[in-house]
Amino acid sequence: MDLYRVEDRRLLTGHGTFLDDLSTVPNVHHAAILRSPYPHARIRNIDASKALAMEGVDAVLTGRDVAKMSRPFASALPRQAAYYSLAVDKARFVGEPIAVVVAKDRYLAEDALALIDVDYEQLPAVVDPEQAVIDPDAPILHEDVGTNVALHRTLRYGDPEEAFRQADVVVKRRLRFPKYGSTPLETFGVVAAWNAAEDTLTIWSNFHGPFSMHPVVAQALGIPSNKLRFIVPGDIGGGFGIKTSIYPYLALIGLASRFSGVPVKWIEDRQENLMASSSGTDRVSEVELAAANDGTILGVRMKIYDNVGGYFRPPEPGCTFRPLGNYVGGYSFRNLDVDAYIVFTNKSLTGPNRGYGCPHLYFGLERVVDEMAHKLGLDPAEVRRRNLIPKAAFPYRTPTGGLYDAGDYEACLDTLLETADYEGLRRMQADARQHGRLVGIGFAFGVDPSVSNMGYVDIAATPEERKRRRPKSGATQGTTIQVDDLGKVTVEISTTPQGQSHETMVRRHIAQELGIPEVDITVISGMDTATRSWTIPSGSYSSRFASIGISSAVVTARKVLEKLGRIAAHQLEADPSDVEYVDGNFRVKGAPERSLAFRHAAGIAHWDPASLPPGTDPGIYVTHFHTMPTALPPDDEDRVNSSNTYGFMADLCLVEVDRETGEVEVKKYWGVHDSGVILDHKIAEGQIQGSFVHGLGGAMYEEMAYDEDGAFLTGTFMDYLCPTFLEVPPLETRYVETPSPFTVLGSKGIGESATETVPACIANAVTDALRPLGIEVNELPVTPTKVWNWLQQAQSEA
Amino acid sequence: MAEMRTGHLEDALFEAREIACTVNGKLYRAMAEPRRLLSDFIREDLDLKGTHVGCEHGVCGACTILFNGQPARSCLMFAVQADGAEIVTVEGLARSPQQLTRLQESFSQEHALQCGYCTPGMLISATALLSENPSPTDSEVRHAMAGQLCRCTGYEQIVRAVLAAADSDGKGGEGGNHA
Ligand code: FES
Ligand code: FES
Repeated sequence: MDLYRVEDRRLLTGHGTFLDDLSTVPNVHHAAILRSPYPHARIRNIDASKALAMEGVDAVLTGRDVAKMSRPFASALPRQAAYYSLAVDKARFVGEPIAVVVAKDRYLAEDALALIDVDYEQLPAVVDPEQAVIDPDAPILHEDVGTNVALHRTLRYGDPEEAFRQADVVVKRRLRFPKYGSTPLETFGVVAAWNAAEDTLTIWSNFHGPFSMHPVVAQALGIPSNKLRFIVPGDIGGGFGIKTSIYPYLALIGLASRFSGVPVKWIEDRQENLMASSSGTDRVSEVELAAANDGTILGVRMKIYDNVGGYFRPPEPGCTFRPLGNYVGGYSFRNLDVDAYIVFTNKSLTGPNRGYGCPHLYFGLERVVDEMAHKLGLDPAEVRRRNLIPKAAFPYRTPTGGLYDAGDYEACLDTLLETADYEGLRRMQADARQHGRLVGIGFAFGVDPSVSNMGYVDIAATPEERKRRRPKSGATQGTTIQVDDLGKVTVEISTTPQGQSHETMVRRHIAQELGIPEVDITVISGMDTATRSWTIPSGSYSSRFASIGISSAVVTARKVLEKLGRIAAHQLEADPSDVEYVDGNFRVKGAPERSLAFRHAAGIAHWDPASLPPGTDPGIYVTHFHTMPTALPPDDEDRVNSSNTYGFMADLCLVEVDRETGEVEVKKYWGVHDSGVILDHKIAEGQIQGSFVHGLGGAMYEEMAYDEDGAFLTGTFMDYLCPTFLEVPPLETRYVETPSPFTVLGSKGIGESATETVPACIANAVTDALRPLGIEVNELPVTPTKVWNWLQQAQSEA
Repeated sequence: MAEMRTGHLEDALFEAREIACTVNGKLYRAMAEPRRLLSDFIREDLDLKGTHVGCEHGVCGACTILFNGQPARSCLMFAVQADGAEIVTVEGLARSPQQLTRLQESFSQEHALQCGYCTPGMLISATALLSENPSPTDSEVRHAMAGQLCRCTGYEQIVRAVLAAADSDGKGGEGGNHA
C-alpha cells in the first residue's frame, strides 16, 4: 500500500535516523554538563580534581580552558558582553554551562559532575526586563556594557506625532508576553570528533540552520571554515526554530573533543532543555493606538522591552526585528513609532521559536485594536475590516519596508464570519450573558512572514553604523539534482527538515517537472557541509520551504530538463527549440517518430560524451541556488523587507470562563489562511494544527517561569505544561488562495501561521468574556489561578 | 574511583548481571548494570533505535513499549526488571517494513506524524488501546493516550488515525497482531 509521505515508512517502523541513532565514529565518549544552580554568581574557583581521579573520566573542561581555546561568538555587540560556550567569570542564569565532563559513558560522566567543586559568590539577580533597565538598583550583568540594555533602537515611520495629535481616540495598554519555547520532543544532540592528524573538526548534530551559524562557530573556534564539517541526519525530531540555538553546543562539544582527544557525544536531557536550551523572549511592552471616530487606525506607538536573558545570542535581536517589515500587520496605517530595548536579565537565552517575534507583535497590536473598538462602541470585526489593506493594493509596501506579495484579506474576513456564523455566535453570547455565563468571542489577525531576508539582522545597527559595514541581503536556498545513466534521479535538498514533509513535496514536484514517476526519484535530506551544496541561509526556519525551498527544487529540475533537451536535440539533429518533451520523451515537433527517452538522453551524458552537443559538459549534476530579488538590505530610513512572502490569517474563537474555578474553555477556534497556493492541503492542515497547539500552549499553559530572585521553577514536564490530547479544542480552518507572484508555484510558508495569532485571539476572547466584570487580559498565559485571582479582585471591588 | 565503589549499595549498582528477555519475538541474553535504564538497554545494548527518549522522567511517553502486553515507559524501568519479560517495541509491530499494520497505515494516511519522534510511543500506546478496546470513542482515545506528548501534530490527526484503524473492519484494528 502506498503511504502518504515518503518519510513515513521508516518513521512508522522504527527505522528513522535521528541524531542519537547514528553510528558516527568508533570510540565515542560522552559528555555531561555541570550547570549553574544560581541565577547570578561569580565563579571564584573550580576544583575538578576528584572528578578527574574517577575511573573512566577523560577530562573536565572549564570556562578557563574555553576562554583560552576559543573566542566569544560574533554578534551585533562586537566587543562587549562576551558570550562563550561555557561561563568564564560569572554565571548569569540558572542552567548556564559551567564545566563539561568527558567520560567513557554517560552514566559515569553524570556521576563525575557531583564530584566537581565550584566556589561561587552569589550575586543579586534581576529577571524582569523593564526593571533591569529602569531600576537604578538592578544588578548589572555585564560590567563592560555598564547597563543591562544590550541594544536600544528607536525607529520612526511616517509622522506618528501628527497621527496622535489628530486622533479622536487613543488607547494605551501595558502588556506582558511570557517566555516559552516549542520544546521539540527530541532534545539537542551533538557528536564532535576532532581529528588531530588533519586538524579538522566534524560535528554531527540536529542543527536545522540557518547555516550562517557555521562561520560563527568556525570563528569562535578559530579554525578555518573548510576544516569544520557539519553533518545533520535525515531525521530531526522537531525543531520549530529552537534547534538553531544549538550552535554554542557545537562549539562546546567540539572543544571538549579537542581537549580530551576523543570523539565526544552529548545528548541534552529534558531538564537541561527546559532550563537552558532556548525560548522566545518574554516581553514587557506599552502599545498605544491612535484612531479616528470611525475606527480608522491613524498610528501606533510601541515601547518594547525584550528579554534575551544572560547573554546576547545571535540571531537575536530577531525577536524584535525579524517581523519589522510586517509591524503594521494587515492594516493600512502608515505612522509608527518603535522604541525597542533588548535587555539582559538573569534568565536563560532566547532565539527563534515558531513565529519568531510575531506572537509578541500581534498580542500587542490586536489587544489595542480590540480596546479601541470597545472604546468607540464598534464591532471588532468591522473595525478590522475598515483598516485592512485592500486587495488592489498588492504588492503593498508597508511603512516599515515590508513588501507584501499578495493577499485577499477582506475575503479572509468574510469567510471567517460566515464559517463561524459570527452573528449567531453573538446572539448565543447575549443569551448566555443573560444567564450569567462568561462567554467571549475574540479576533486576531496577522500577517505571517516567511523566508526571512538575511538583511534584517542589520537593523540592530543604526544607519550610520551600517554604512561602515558590508551589507547583507538574500534568502537563498539550493537544490542539487543528479540523473544517473539509467535515468534515475537523486535530489539533495538543503532544507534540513524536522517533520515538514520536504522529501514528499520535493519528490512530487520534481517528478511533475521531469515527467517521470515519483518512484524514480530519491530525495536526500540532512546535510554535510563538506560534500554538499549549502549557503548562508540554508536550512529550515522562517517557513522557508513552501516559498524558497520548493522554488529552488522546481527551478533546478527545469535546468536539468533544459540540459537533457539540448542533448536530445543534438542527437535528433534538430534545433532545441523544435524539440518538445512529452510523457518522458523528447521529440521533434511535428515528427513524433523522431524521439529520445529521458533515460537515453541521460545515458548519453554519462556513457557517450562524444555525442554531446559542443560546449555541453558530461554528466547530469545540477545545483541551483535560488534567491529572492526582494531580499534587500535595510535602507537609510530603517525600512527593510524583513521577509519575502507574507501570508495572512484571520482567527476567531469562542471561549467560556468558569466563574468558580477561573478555568478558560476554548469551545471552538476558526482560522482562515491566505498562504498563497496550498501545495498539499493535508500537510498544510497538519502544519496549521501543530502551530495552533503551540500558540495555545503559550496562551494558556506553557511558561518558563522564574521567581523574582531568578530561581527557575519549571524544570520538568510536570511543571512546564505542554498541551496533551485532552487540551486541544476543535479547530476549523478555511483557505483563501491568492497566488504569490514572487514564488515559482505561487505558494508561501504556512508552518508558523496560527502560532502567531492564537495568543492574541485567546486574550481577546477571554477579555470579551470578562468584559461585564471589567477585566482585561493583558498578560499570558491565562491560567486558572490568574483568572481566579482577577475574578476575586473584581468581586471585591464590585 | 575507589571511594565511590566501596559500599554494598555501590556494588549492587555497578555489578552487571545477566538478564534474558524476549524482544519482538527474539530471545536476548545480555549483561546489564542494575542502574541501567531499560530505554538505554533497548537502544544501546540491543541496538533497537526505534524506541525514543524525550524526557527520561516519565511524562512524554516517547519511550513507551509493550511490557508483558502492557504499555510501559522504558525510561522509568531498569533493564534488570526486564529479566524474563516479553517486550514489543515499534520494530516489532509490523511483520516487515513492507507489511505495515492497519494502525501504521492509517497514521500515514491521516498524516498523524510529522517528525516521527513521538510516533513509536504513539503506535505502541494505540496498539495497546485497540487490543483492549477495539472500537474506542474519540474521548476514549484521547484519555488513553493523554500520557503521550507530540509537539508537531497538535494531536487531532493522531486521534483520527486511531479511530480509522479501529473502524476499518468495524470491530477494531489489528495493530496488536504482531509476532
Ligand atoms: S522518555 Fe520516557 S516518558 Fe519521556
Ligand atoms: S510528530 Fe514530532 S513529536 Fe509527534
